[in-house]
Amino acid sequence: MIRWLLLFFGGALLGGIVHLATVIIMPRTATQDAYSRLARIAPVNTVTALPAPTPESASMPFMDPAFASAVCRYDLSQGPLKLTVPVSLAYTSVSFYTRYDIAYYAINDRAAGRRVIELDLMTAEQHSQMPEDEEITAADRLIVESPTLTGLIAIRALAPEPGLLPMAQNAIATAQCKRQDEPRPSR
Amino acid sequence: MRLLLGSLFALAVAAVVGLGATYLALTRGAAFGALSIGSWTAWPKTGTVDADPYAQALIARTGQLPIALGDGVSFTAQADDHGKLLDGRCDVVLLGVTPAARFWTLSLYNVDGELVANSVNRYGFTSQEIVRHADGSFEIVVAPRANPGNWLPTGGVERYALVLRFYDTAVGVSTKAGREVPMPSVDTRSCP
Repeated sequence: MIRWLLLFFGGALLGGIVHLATVIIMPRTATQDAYSRLARIAPVNTVTALPAPTPESASMPFMDPAFASAVCRYDLSQGPLKLTVPVSLAYTSVSFYTRYDIAYYAINDRAAGRRVIELDLMTAEQHSQMPEDEEITAADRLIVESPTLTGLIAIRALAPEPGLLPMAQNAIATAQCKRQDEPRPSR
Repeated sequence: MRLLLGSLFALAVAAVVGLGATYLALTRGAAFGALSIGSWTAWPKTGTVDADPYAQALIARTGQLPIALGDGVSFTAQADDHGKLLDGRCDVVLLGVTPAARFWTLSLYNVDGELVANSVNRYGFTSQEIVRHADGSFEIVVAPRANPGNWLPTGGVERYALVLRFYDTAVGVSTKAGREVPMPSVDTRSCP
């Protein structure tokens, strides 16, 4: 009897370890997470507009129907990215997610304080390799460090009324995310 | 033989306990740092890099992009203030005011996080569409049949969840449930 009880507790203890291990491994093995869903429709380093969610189809569960949204699936292995998002009339936000859909940074139109949200996205390593003088000229530009090489940028604009959705979609349609190393315009 | 039987028993217990606990945690939506006000619950930490492993597993399983804390915070209600699960065949009334935010939206989803089809193609409200009382409070009727005022159709589904999202708000990780965050009450009025 004691023996079986001990075996039971041993098994339960092992079960605790199994539980923690499966919870931790889960994000690494998920095939239906947001990144994997969007990887099928969004090419890398380009802004892709997402269709408005309807009862029949949605790019992801729990999308806010009041928002026009677009995503940029990024890959920084070739160099930093430059992101420009024009601000819509009501509320515009840009959120950054890691490969495992963890939000690490977000900014909205009011925090950016301009008509256009402009950001440079790079890894910590690329940031440290930036030449010093460039750091000074870039002082007025916002630099975001990505903890992972790949990830997602979600661009969202609010339509305060359903009739304003096309206007919000138009506003973010001109958003751009592209590689930085294309020749810069001389000043 | 006894040794083999014993270890098989222990391993079976481990599998049942371990996988069962994981399944329960991921279907019940357990994560640390929940902020509950009335029937509304939010997990502000889920929208940050400090999201705990349970929150991360939950994000991966449901396939949603959590709302980033710098963007806003999302409150979910699956039951009314008396603990009765929200039923799409009943009339449910939301009454009260919301915490300060630049905008908020209210949306209705089925248990899988999909929008619910209805005759007027209305899936939610934004703070700008709502008709309010003179004192700034509002009343939203969530019901299967048309109602005067702010009517959010349920499409007659059996179970649904209401999601109230606040954008550009001070509500966040350091918020304590209390007077500074008034949430609308959720009350089931009549059921067929």
